Amino acid sequence: MSGQKKEFPITWGMVIDIDKCTGCGACMASCQTENNVEPQREASNKLRATSWMLVYELTNDKAFPNHDIAYLPRPCQQCGNPPCVSVCPVIATDKNENGGIVSQVYPRCIGCRYCVAACPYHVRYFGWYDPIWPEGMDKTLSPMTSVRPRGVVEKCTFCHHRWTQAKDAARVAGKDPENLDDGAYVTSCVQNCPSGALAFGDIKNPKHKVHELVKSPYAFRLLERLGTETQVYYISRREWVRKLGDNYLKSE
Amino acid sequence: MEEKRSNSAGGVGGMALFALIGFVGALVVGWGIFPKMLYSQKTQPIRFSHTVHSQLGIECEQCHHLGPDGRFAGLPSTESCAECHGEETGDTSANGKEIDKFVKDYVKTGRQVPWLVYQYQPDNVFFSHAAHKGFECTKCHLDVAKTDTPPPYYENRLSGYSKDTMKMWECERCHASMGTSNACFVCHK
Repeated sequence: MSGQKKEFPITWGMVIDIDKCTGCGACMASCQTENNVEPQREASNKLRATSWMLVYELTNDKAFPNHDIAYLPRPCQQCGNPPCVSVCPVIATDKNENGGIVSQVYPRCIGCRYCVAACPYHVRYFGWYDPIWPEGMDKTLSPMTSVRPRGVVEKCTFCHHRWTQAKDAARVAGKDPENLDDGAYVTSCVQNCPSGALAFGDIKNPKHKVHELVKSPYAFRLLERLGTETQVYYISRREWVRKLGDNYLKSE
Repeated sequence: MEEKRSNSAGGVGGMALFALIGFVGALVVGWGIFPKMLYSQKTQPIRFSHTVHSQLGIECEQCHHLGPDGRFAGLPSTESCAECHGEETGDTSANGKEIDKFVKDYVKTGRQVPWLVYQYQPDNVFFSHAAHKGFECTKCHLDVAKTDTPPPYYENRLSGYSKDTMKMWECERCHASMGTSNACFVCHK
């Protein structure tokens, strides 16, 4: 049923401290190599370029000396009630696995782009071109993520393959793969953030750091009033940044 | 009228005959000719005898093992084979010649053997050997330990996949019967 939040015993979540983000773009670069996003032929064309993780620049629109800026990294928000899933006519995207990561199966996708239109966070990208790696750069290809052909939609998967790897490592070490230690599974962007602005873990597991972080009075989610119940939280001690997280009326 | 009736009576027998010929022909095409057309047959680059090695007391896990991080190591490298087969034997028996071929073509040149893996899965599938450790290998794999000559490898001419690659419905059926999730990302990447 649409309009109902899906609950799972594990809820993988990301907490992004906007005040710590310097806008360096290491998350974007590491995401691109980790997930076999092809080198963009024209990255300045935002209607055609693909970037699973994207850093936005925010400004408070005030003149000096009150001018202030902030950077907002935006992965897939992994909604608890994903608008993209309910519109997919072929079940190429679904939220049905423990952990709550919204899946995307490329061979099943027919490229209708309903999900692109439905996503309020613009996290979904359509492949406009055949992916081409210039000679030599094909050595950066990772076997852990499949390459998408032209004509299908792709998006951030919270580096799902890293979870399966972490579970395998736990199995071999004789640990419980369903109860991973904090830090056993982190996404590529979280691992590579030099300023420590990103944190990742199971929001429902009290042993994980993010469990506490989401309770911060400065924590908020993007477009919360849509009822998407996202699994990505943002933290900012600046009120104007928090206000940009949703569409507020002047009177609010 | 009379003539017509006798004609139609003979027609029924003739029709049955033609139907039978057509039926048998369809069976021959469907069971014999079409599968041969669909799959091309390939042989392994080296006639590796699993029987000889298992009779020497080598366990499967000695060559096909899980890494310390839980990843499946897959097939042994030329280097690990060369620990035993480092030099040409000069043996003129069939097995000896095959060993010499391996040493000459791969150990001396430092190349890896392009083994054909019967169960190779498509690019977008993640299979965890660590998660399936409780099962017998032969539940999914050919029982190669009993083969002196590796069985032929059948490649689907359209998809390029092996005929023995496990199909998605087989994975799903076992997952359903074991009570394991069949969510997309459990196996897909």
